[in-house]
Amino acid sequence: MTYTSHADVGGLPDFGRITPEPEGKLFHAPWEPRAMGLTVAMGATGAWNLDMARSARETLSDYRLLSYYEIWIEALQNMLEARGMLHSDEVVARRSLYPAPPVPRTLKHAEVSAVFAKGASTERPVQAPALFGTGQQVRTIEVQFGHHTRLPRYARGKQGSIERVQGVHVLPDSNSQGLGEQPQWLYTVVFDGVELWGDGTTPGLKVSIDAFEPYLEAV
Amino acid sequence: MSAEDHEHSELGEMDLRVRALETVLAEKGYIDPAALDAIIDTYQTRVGPRNGARVVARAWSDPNYREWLLQDATAAIASLGYSGRQGEHMVALENTAVRHNMVVCTLCSCYPWPVLGLPPNWYKSTPYRSRVVKDPRGVLMEFGVTLPEETEIRVWDSTAEIRYLVIPRRPEGTDGLDEEALASLVTRDSMIGTGLALAPARSAL
Repeated sequence: MTYTSHADVGGLPDFGRITPEPEGKLFHAPWEPRAMGLTVAMGATGAWNLDMARSARETLSDYRLLSYYEIWIEALQNMLEARGMLHSDEVVARRSLYPAPPVPRTLKHAEVSAVFAKGASTERPVQAPALFGTGQQVRTIEVQFGHHTRLPRYARGKQGSIERVQGVHVLPDSNSQGLGEQPQWLYTVVFDGVELWGDGTTPGLKVSIDAFEPYLEAV
Repeated sequence: MSAEDHEHSELGEMDLRVRALETVLAEKGYIDPAALDAIIDTYQTRVGPRNGARVVARAWSDPNYREWLLQDATAAIASLGYSGRQGEHMVALENTAVRHNMVVCTLCSCYPWPVLGLPPNWYKSTPYRSRVVKDPRGVLMEFGVTLPEETEIRVWDSTAEIRYLVIPRRPEGTDGLDEEALASLVTRDSMIGTGLALAPARSAL
């Protein structure tokens, strides 16, 4: 199975300069706040989980040509259509033309503050002891993933050390595929810049990722 | 095509499309349009980097709070009333004379919403995400920041659900300032690690 994340850009060349922005400039077109609100509200229905949404975004073939909220809308529409919750002719007609398959819940105006203040913890009860401890040397696996993952390409097959043990969390790799949460220990793993980028890299550079236990092997 | 060009050419089409989606999804009973208003209002007027600035100012002023923040950021930040979505698992990173912390999400746009609000465009864009893990000093230069050569630069790629808040160094000459005055020196970028806190003559607002 081929799975390509167009979002995994760490270390890639040629994306050009950064454009700093003043605080408070959150949106750049009138539709962008509505797109943000729509995506968040649809996420709250429980029709899909956040990892499925991330997967839907990163696999868009034109990901790198789209603006941020265009990516959100494109992925939202794809997820809705894939579940029969929306049909493209309805967007053209600007009205509902087909029955609506039910969703677990609808986020009501009065619930917004409480739902946002609560959030959605990804931490789960410990089922097994952690395989690795702080200070231990580990190597990340080097594989071609056939699904959404949180092990970026630049940090695959690299040796680093465990800096923090972050508890047991939902595994996005399985959650994004509808295969359940399969919670795993999560670690902050720190790498020397030279290990990631070779000699001549920024002196004193260290980069860390947060890596789930299945991404790691003892050295 | 620059982001601005893109914006103008797409504005009409995207505006119509998003409106159509909102209408259809409301008709189907999937969304409450008033809930969208509340979500947008939350991030436009209530949740933003001034929250994080208050956390930093408290840490600068109160050694016990600073200690708590470094040990259990989620609880310490919640004690000031900031918690929830995209801030469920917080870690605070303290900049020092020998170490400068920077935060990125190379895979998408993960960001500590309760303390910083929605991320700025550059944080979500490929130039920042691709470069900061490899050439952080080059990135800092584009923000007008140069650090001493011997400073260790530590980049935190938030690849899972832990969210990071940088505690910038407290500027010189701020001994007599109260928390409110201190908070006004704390910029959004200084809490991501692409900036420094302002000198007392200026303010973040």
